[in-house]
Amino acid sequence: MSPNPAAALVAAELTKTYPAGRGGPPVRALDGLSVSVAAGTIVALLGRNGAGKSTTVKILTTLARADSGTAEVAGIDVSRDPDGVRHAIGLVSQKSSSDPMATGRENLVLAGRIQGLSRSAARGRAAELLARLDLADAAGRLAKTYSGGMARKLDVAIGLVHRPRVLFLDEPTTGLDPEARAAMWAEIGRLSADEQTAILLTTHYLEEADRLADRVAIVDAGRVVVEGTPDELKSELRGDTVQVELVAGAAHAVAVLERVPGLGEVSADGTRLRARAESGAQAVPGVLAALDESGIAVASVTVARPSLDDVYVRHVGREFAEEAAA
Amino acid sequence: MSTISAPPLPTMAAAPDGARRANATGALLRHSTFLTARAVRTLLRQPAYLAITLVQPVIWLLLFGQLFRNVVRIPGFTAASGSYLEFITPGVIVMTALFSSGWAGTVYIEDMDRGVMDRLLASPVRRGAMIVGTLAYQSLTTTVQTLIVFGIAYASGARFDGGAVGVLVTVLAACLISVVIASFSNAIALLVRQQEALIGISQFIVLPLQFLSSSIMDTRVSPAWVRHVARYNPVDWATTAARSALSGHAEWGAILPRLGFLLALAVAMGRLATRAFRSYQRSL
Ligand SMILES: Nc1ncnc2c1ncn2[C@@H]1O[C@H](COP(=O)(O)OP(=O)(O)OP(=O)(O)O)[C@@H](O)[C@H]1O
Ligand SMILES: [Mg+2]
Repeated sequence: MSPNPAAALVAAELTKTYPAGRGGPPVRALDGLSVSVAAGTIVALLGRNGAGKSTTVKILTTLARADSGTAEVAGIDVSRDPDGVRHAIGLVSQKSSSDPMATGRENLVLAGRIQGLSRSAARGRAAELLARLDLADAAGRLAKTYSGGMARKLDVAIGLVHRPRVLFLDEPTTGLDPEARAAMWAEIGRLSADEQTAILLTTHYLEEADRLADRVAIVDAGRVVVEGTPDELKSELRGDTVQVELVAGAAHAVAVLERVPGLGEVSADGTRLRARAESGAQAVPGVLAALDESGIAVASVTVARPSLDDVYVRHVGREFAEEAAA
Repeated sequence: MSTISAPPLPTMAAAPDGARRANATGALLRHSTFLTARAVRTLLRQPAYLAITLVQPVIWLLLFGQLFRNVVRIPGFTAASGSYLEFITPGVIVMTALFSSGWAGTVYIEDMDRGVMDRLLASPVRRGAMIVGTLAYQSLTTTVQTLIVFGIAYASGARFDGGAVGVLVTVLAACLISVVIASFSNAIALLVRQQEALIGISQFIVLPLQFLSSSIMDTRVSPAWVRHVARYNPVDWATTAARSALSGHAEWGAILPRLGFLLALAVAMGRLATRAFRSYQRSL
């Protein structure tokens, strides 16, 4: 990627290997990962457990060092001027990181003071964020008494207290109930609009990436396998997805479907078959007939417009939801 | 908390070297103040823990005072000004400082487990301030504990001819040994990053330091090798300096070098602990 003055973050060819622990082989957490975020936009790193998302965040927030590769955040080189970077970023790490023995307000004021805000500025900003994130009523309570959703909102507020130019959100909604997740999504959407903050978000949730991100980078085994806007990624997959649920797994089912005219990219995953078709509706009768002839019992057939899940399967070759849950 | 107004947000333009350094020192002081205040606030919110920190020195004092009341009769024991209570008061003070600062690193491990450590390390907070904050906090608790022990000792009849200067030297010596041990504990916390390992190592160091010193027993009645080892033991430096300053005839020629060694060691250990952040960050 060429140097871009409007880029809030540019990372190129990052690698990182963790030494072997207890007899195991060394872990190559990052294997040439590149990503960039334009000013004022949200980019999602989407990948399953262990793909390297948090390692990327740790390197870009100056916590860890890459073995090789370069990264600039807010125009500052992370290895040459880490302290400069630390003034320009906010970090919401994967696990909650507020001080449990301090109140919500105290957490925010301390974070603001460390970032160089005056006492009154830090207090003002704390009050503003507490109100915005619906935490005003709990502002004077110890953070250890907060619910999961409240604690996560406090984490986000702490990350924002000094109006960072780049905000890192490492799995901001993992572990939240659907309602809290929806609230967090609304908040993150508003944030990037109001605060003109560039956001690098990591997530396991395809829906989250689809909803929030201007661009999505799918990460697998320490590298970005494909990157683009959600629409670009989906339209790259021409046609529809035909998904067939079998009553029982059948080894030859893939071969059977591959012979159906108009059907391509057939894959199987347990009792589930997936294929692509120019027009899903037209392909379904042929699919059912072929399976019936071969004596394979079908439980259900669905046709869908391409989703990010399909993009994921196409590039990583495994189904996302199951891998992420594993 | 300080009321120093905030500096302008740092600019990326290269500041003159001198200005940059002055900024860095200002930030170190401010950040240290914030983190010390945070630690004190946390302590005040844990009444049970607070009670233990305050009660512990009292128990040491009364327990040892009773157990060993008669050791002053052993020939050779320093009994210049009389009672064993007067003898062990500085010993118990140093011992209290030693044991409570040995635990200092557990706060870091809690912060690591809660993600607070990583958040701080990704913020502009100075590594030095993270160390200084815990040391200032330790010194504050040590000062309060020291004054409590003096109060109890006084109420139990101990009298110190060294007066206010003696008390001051004792507080200083106790704080210095506190800083040395707390820095060590912090460094170990950053290196091993595990509560059980930290506590094990810290006990392994603290107990011998304690027993190979004159804190509860005059080394003149100990075996020769103990006497010899004690000369190189910072816990003994602190105890001896405090005891001498509290006696009516302070030997400044013995006190000042010991305080000087303690100070040098405190600075060295503080630096070592600050360096240990690198090891921690390499593990991330
Ligand atoms: N501090 C560490 N020491 C050793 N190995 C590590 C360390 N941190 C990460 N790894 C390994 O590096 C790989 C990438 O981990 P990383 O945390 O970046 O994944 P992730 O994409 O954030 O996963 P998750 O979705 O589970 O959070 C994993 O195999 C992990 O075990
Ligand atoms: Mg992660």
